[in-house]
Formats: sequence, C-alpha cells, structure tokens
Amino acid sequence: MIKIDISKKLHGSHGEMQLRVKLNIQDNEFIALSGKSGSGKTTLLRILAGLEDADGAIEVDDEVWLNSKRSLPPQKRRIGFVFQDYALFENMSVLENLLYVVRDRELAERLLEITELRELRNRLPNTLSGGQKQRVSLCRAMMNRPKLLLMDEPLSALDPEMRTKLQREITTLHKEFGTTTIMVSHDASEIYRLASRVVVLDLGSVVGEGIPKDILLKTSGSQKFTFEGELLDIVKVDVIYIAIISIAQQLVEVVVSSEEVRQLEIGQKVSVSTKAFTPVITQ
Amino acid sequence: MIEILQTLDFTPFILSFKLAGLTTIILFMLGMPLAWYLSQTSSKSKPILEAITALPIVLPPSVLGFYILWALSINSPIGAFFEETFGVKLVFNFTGLVIASCFYSLPFMVQPLQSGFESINKNMLEASYISGKSKFTTIIKVALPNIKPAVITAVIVTFAHTVGEFGVVLMVGGSIPGETKVASVAIYEFVEIMDYESAHVYSGIMVLMSFIVLLSVYIFNAKHNQKMGSFR
Repeated sequence: MIKIDISKKLHGSHGEMQLRVKLNIQDNEFIALSGKSGSGKTTLLRILAGLEDADGAIEVDDEVWLNSKRSLPPQKRRIGFVFQDYALFENMSVLENLLYVVRDRELAERLLEITELRELRNRLPNTLSGGQKQRVSLCRAMMNRPKLLLMDEPLSALDPEMRTKLQREITTLHKEFGTTTIMVSHDASEIYRLASRVVVLDLGSVVGEGIPKDILLKTSGSQKFTFEGELLDIVKVDVIYIAIISIAQQLVEVVVSSEEVRQLEIGQKVSVSTKAFTPVITQ
Repeated sequence: MIEILQTLDFTPFILSFKLAGLTTIILFMLGMPLAWYLSQTSSKSKPILEAITALPIVLPPSVLGFYILWALSINSPIGAFFEETFGVKLVFNFTGLVIASCFYSLPFMVQPLQSGFESINKNMLEASYISGKSKFTTIIKVALPNIKPAVITAVIVTFAHTVGEFGVVLMVGGSIPGETKVASVAIYEFVEIMDYESAHVYSGIMVLMSFIVLLSVYIFNAKHNQKMGSFR
C-alpha cells in the first residue's frame, strides 16, 4: 500500500502552479498517469523516486519515504525507473547494465529471456535499436525487485509495432513480479491494455480517476463518420456484444451482432462507420 | 650535434616530467571532485568558484608566482605553520614547485572534466542513484568511463601545461640544479649566457615532445568519437 499526499510549487509554462496529489495505491496496482504536458506528471514521478523534494508525505508499507522531517534518498527507496530516453549506462554491455544494479545473474538471465534480449547480452547500448534499448531499461528497472516501478512515457519514442510488443512484455513482467506500477502515458489503447486505474492530472491537480474504460471512453453524438481503428476488446453485455475500438487517441464502443463477433479478431484493424438518419418530410 | 646529445644533461627534463606527473596526479584527485561539484550545482556560488578556478589562465605567471611565494614563505602564516609543525620549507625547493604547479594548472584539469560531466545525460546518473549506488560509485563506474575523451584531455593538457610552465616556477623555485631547475628554466639560462646551441637542442626536444603528446590526444579522441558514434 502506497500513500501519497504531496504538494510542490512548480514553475510551468503556464506560470506558477501548485502540484497537489493525494493518492492511495494498492499493492500490484497498475496506474496510468495521464494529462496534458506540463500538468506535473513527470514531477510527480521524480518526487516519488526521491529525485526532487516536495512538501507532504509518502508512505510505502509503513516505511516513510517522505515527511516533514526526512526524505529517504533515491538510493534507499528500492524503486525501478524507466526513462523516456532509456538512460542506459553507455559504457556497459546489456548484461552489465543489469548486473550493475544487483549482482543477481539468475534474475538478469530470466529478465533477458522474457524480453528476448539474451542474444544481445554482450552488446553495447549504442548498437541497439530504440525498442531494444527500452527493453534493457525495463529489465534494469526490475533488477532490484522494486517495490514501485515508475515509467515516464516509456514507449512514446517507439513505432506502433514496437509499442505493442513492449506493452505485452510489460504485462508479462507485471504479472510475473506483481510490481506496483505507475506509468505516464497519453496513449488510450496503451492505457486500456495495461492499466487497472487511470489518474488524470491537469495543472497539478487530479481531475479524474477511475477504471480506464470509464475515463477514456468518449461517446460522440450522431455525427456521420467513418474512421479506422484497432479492435481492443469485445465485451458481452446481456444479450448484445460491445466492441471496444481504439481510434486515434480515443476509445469508442460499438454494438456488434453475434455473427459479426465471429468474424472479428481482437487486435484487428477495423473501420467504424455510421449512416445518417433518413430524412423525414412532414406536411 | 650527436656530441651535444651525448653530453646533454637530461636532469632538467626528468625534473620537468616528475613535476608534471606529480602535479597531474594530485590535481586529478583534487580537481575531479571540484569539477563534479561545479557540473552538478546550481548554487549562487558557482560563478564565483568558476571565476577563481579560471584565474590562473588570465593572470600573468609573475602575479601568481608572487602570491604563491608570499603565501608559502616563512613570513606568512601558512609557510610558518609548515616550517614549525613539519619542519618543511615550501619555497625554493621541489615541494614548493608542486604546490605552485597545482595552482597554475588547476583550470586545465577542472575545465575539461567539468564540461565532460556536464555533457552526461542527467538521467543516466539518476538511474545509477535509483539503482542504489552512491555518488562516489556513480562517478567512478558511470560518469568517468562515459567521458573518457574529457578525462584524457584533462590529464594530458594538465601534464603538458605543467611541463611548459616557466614564470611561476622561476619565481617560486628559482633555479637550483636537480631541485628546481626544470627544462624551461634551463633554456632561459642558456639564452642568458648566450649558449644558443644548447638552447636550440633543449627547445627542439620540448617542441617535439609537446607535439607528440598533443597529436596522440587528438588521435585518441577522433578514434573514440568514431567508436561511440558521435559523428552519426
């Protein structure tokens, strides 16, 4: 159980603002932190990591990380941090990057196995692709078996295919290690796939919180439209089926018949369209 | 020519290199923490410290030499303290030269290291702290190996600059053969007594050695940059 109740004055692009976050996180939860840029997401992660100071308190399983008297240094917090720009140790090979954290060869090999990096274990980071680097970074963050895994837009620099692959790996790692995780993300399909809860920040304050479906779903009116999307899920509700489709950065629900369900496959690209209502003329 | 080389007294060169070697080692140990501090801090005292560090570049060696001479002499509290406590004289001997050289070459060690440290991705250092590593471990295992060209530049330039020292050495050390008479001072004396032939030989050796040192630094850096792919 992680209890966060912090505040900090920030000098953002919109002038001065107050970051004020009160949040309780259960063990094994996967939280997605969303919101416009400059809303304080990264700062919140950095405060949790101990890289920036703040007022208030952070408690993790009855261990005080921060209160008015003390602030536990990042070295002692046992966290994993995945940076957007990987931040690998350039002078060390893939395996050395992992072993630098903890000399646990067995764990390192297992992580490299899960992320399919075993072949690359002796390569230097600058010979790897972005996706490979981020997988190394993810493995490195898991090496000290963290109490809390923090990820700052880990997949935003990668192409869509690599994103999907890494999302799967993150899910695998989360299931295997059960690490409480907070991930900054803007991508609705990513949040839907990975997170059990979404917290939306705006100008330093929590403006929305709930399960991804409720927060991300935005139903539009009766506009005539056609657009491409990705089928994320099909949910049975009473007698009908609802397809959940990610279109651009939004999720939509579409009612589908049982025949249609049989033809659809999750992960498939689909096009969603609606016809205009027939005009009615009255005298 | 060969005759001159055979009869050449190499003591001043050996002294120069001994002085430069010691100065480089001491400055690396003292300059690295200072460079690290300057690269990481955003405190208001940073510009003041940076200005003080850079002073030896701007000041005439005679000014620096004069102050060091004054500070280390028996008439100053520092000089008196060393004389009384350890029975060590700090001027007109080799110890004095080392101290003076450390001041004189300080910026040549600190500045390349500082800009090297500043060029490191901050997240990389933070990743090390988060991994549970202290600042010291981070500097040794992560920071320094990632700025090898800056370290090599700092060490070599400090060494070369100390070998090339003249004014400060002359003021603080004088010209005691085998003790403070380094190569540059020896050349000055040859010119003074109009022994141009010896001056030529000594000067030629200095030019050649300096060139080789600098060339190897540039070759190393070019190779390192290619390896690290910074020209991509």
